[in-house]
Amino acid sequence: MAKTVMDLRRGPKYVLPGSAACPGCGAQIALKWVLKILEGRAIFVIPACCTSVIQGPYPKSAFKFPVYNMAFAAAASTASGMARALRAMGEEDIHVVAWAGDGGTYDIGLQALSGAAERNEDMIYICYDNEAYMNTGIQRSGATPPKAWTKTTPTGKAEMKKNMALIVAAHGVPYVATASIGYPADFLKKLKKAKQMRGFRYIQIFAPCPTGWNFPVDKTVEIAKLAVDTYVWPLFEVEHGKLKITVKPRRRPLKDYVSLQKRFRHLTDADIEELERTFLSRWEALERLEAQGTIFL
Amino acid sequence: MIQRQAERGKWDIITGNHAVAHAARLARVKVVPAYPITPQTTIVEYIADFIERGEMDAEYIRVESEHSAMAAAIGAAAVGARTFTATASQGLLLMHEVLHWAVGSRLPIGMAVVNRAVGPPWSIHVDHQDAISQRDTGWMIQFVSSNQEALDTVLMMYKVAERPDVLLPFMVCLDGFVLSHTFQPVHIPDQADVDAFLPEYRPPHWVMDPDRPITYGNLVMPEREYMEMRWSIHEAMLRAKEAIREVAGEFKRAFGRYHGDLLWEYETEDADILVVATGTLASEAEEAVDLLRSGGKGVGLVKVRSYRPFPGEEIVRLAEGRKAIVVLDRSLSFGQAGPLATDIRAALFTAGVSTPVVGFVTGLGGRDITYEDIAEIVKIAEERVKEGRLRPVEWYKLRR
Ligand SMILES: Cc1ncc(C[n+]2csc(CCOP(=O)(O)OP(=O)(O)O)c2C)c(N)n1
Ligand SMILES: [Mg+2]
Repeated sequence: MAKTVMDLRRGPKYVLPGSAACPGCGAQIALKWVLKILEGRAIFVIPACCTSVIQGPYPKSAFKFPVYNMAFAAAASTASGMARALRAMGEEDIHVVAWAGDGGTYDIGLQALSGAAERNEDMIYICYDNEAYMNTGIQRSGATPPKAWTKTTPTGKAEMKKNMALIVAAHGVPYVATASIGYPADFLKKLKKAKQMRGFRYIQIFAPCPTGWNFPVDKTVEIAKLAVDTYVWPLFEVEHGKLKITVKPRRRPLKDYVSLQKRFRHLTDADIEELERTFLSRWEALERLEAQGTIFL
Repeated sequence: MIQRQAERGKWDIITGNHAVAHAARLARVKVVPAYPITPQTTIVEYIADFIERGEMDAEYIRVESEHSAMAAAIGAAAVGARTFTATASQGLLLMHEVLHWAVGSRLPIGMAVVNRAVGPPWSIHVDHQDAISQRDTGWMIQFVSSNQEALDTVLMMYKVAERPDVLLPFMVCLDGFVLSHTFQPVHIPDQADVDAFLPEYRPPHWVMDPDRPITYGNLVMPEREYMEMRWSIHEAMLRAKEAIREVAGEFKRAFGRYHGDLLWEYETEDADILVVATGTLASEAEEAVDLLRSGGKGVGLVKVRSYRPFPGEEIVRLAEGRKAIVVLDRSLSFGQAGPLATDIRAALFTAGVSTPVVGFVTGLGGRDITYEDIAEIVKIAEERVKEGRLRPVEWYKLRR
């Protein structure tokens, strides 16, 4: 099996050139890696989200793997049915992947996701988090960070971002991880680990969106890295209820991250400080959880 | 041979829900997503029992909602499994979005709907508003009037739904409590005989398979085939009429039982007046026909088993030359009329047949309608026709 990121780049392609993704789409970068690691041996359920569009219009498709497009709220429930049917038919080595945006995960799909997690259905659920409803043109979701501009929060979001990965982990599922396209080695390791396991596995990958966040299209990976290094997007995993921080941030000021994105351009220095305190206190809470050993059963 | 198959299997006195559960077991469904709702609940409880006792080999998914139940059924069918679920009322309404999805994907999912009123106010009693509200999803919708018919129709349902010339999901509707919780003698066929009648499902179209990857359901632009896909669903629904007829014939040859195909007729030959009804209102109407005939009135019954596909032409043929058609609806399109009456009027008008239709809305929320009530309804209808006073809706047993 391929060992490095460079090795993987040379292997077969499953996300083909000519997709309808915006230039610099973080979600598409993440999807490419997922398919490489799963070597195309997976059935994907894709609810309404940008990926419904990225695959390109009928009768063509930029995706060289089986894709079932599904209604918005139904990623995890549909994937449950597939996983069980495959088991009933004796198919052991096909992965079922639910691939959903943050809206389809944190919000409208949360109930189905919770049910599937509680039943420990045999699937890999991947949420690519671009922190808003992008398909419909940038509206806030439960994943939008505080103060961020979207079209339904024109003066900035008043609420917090849900601690979604911990919410899933609290179901006591075998594996939960956050990941970033800015830290591919960490991401690939987590994917490989998830691939080896059975039961409900959840990976939440940070997917910067140049169109929705308003930043130059060549900054996607840089912003993904910065999100980790400014404590905005902590990288950790929860394996059988035990939390482990997998990447130590390089301690950069939040300003470096927000100043690159026009969705934060209305922020004052005081706003940025407040936000920084929020992210730092979430980080410290995570460290306390790590120190506690097993936190979820 | 018919004789032998009816002798095999066994007789039992069971509820409609128990009969449906036996049918799902005998159909060897592979995946059953289950969620409780009165008066459907005991169907999925019986199935849980069958599975845990080892009498049925299926994956049972204890989903957290009916939206998820139907989505899971869709997922299972999309990898090629025969799938069954059951619901009622609010549960069916919650499924609405994904009912359309099942049709668009041409997945022959089978479902039992135990008809119940929709809220508010809460009512758990029989009413057809739940199923009728799904009329335009593209599901085949069939109503039954006995527990035996419920069992047999679930078996026929898969045979029709899975035909390559149909490939549409199918719901079998049975009246809440009146059938679901009422004990009747039912013949439970032998597994080998069911296997011979209903072979294993092999999807004739795409399935989700990494060795033959396809993208199902991506965006279709206006000048591509969206409209043609809708047309093909319509055509499949029309072909389903013939499929339902053929399968009813095959079932009769295999098991010796016949409940009608799209329609079931009773004493229609020389009748001046035809009562048209569905479900257990139709079984009650059968009694009313006997009562009225004993009083010298030429009345017959047409039971609409298949509501979708709709047997419009068949009803027109029966209606031609009669004095009146009396339609009983246990549901309503508010501000318009009873849905069955509306469909029948449309079919008659299209064919240029001017038999008067008197449409009654009655029995909502489980209000009891007896055969004597139906005899009374027929009398009211006769008066309306005599007076030449036809209205979109006649309310019967409405207290004002
Ligand atoms: C039931 C339903 N409500 C609303 C929509 C409209 N809709 C389609 S995609 C979408 C947002 C998706 O957001 P997210 O899951 O974050 O994915 P993204 O588009 O950001 O990739 C919405 C609101 C829909 N398709 N179905
Ligand atoms: Mg999003």
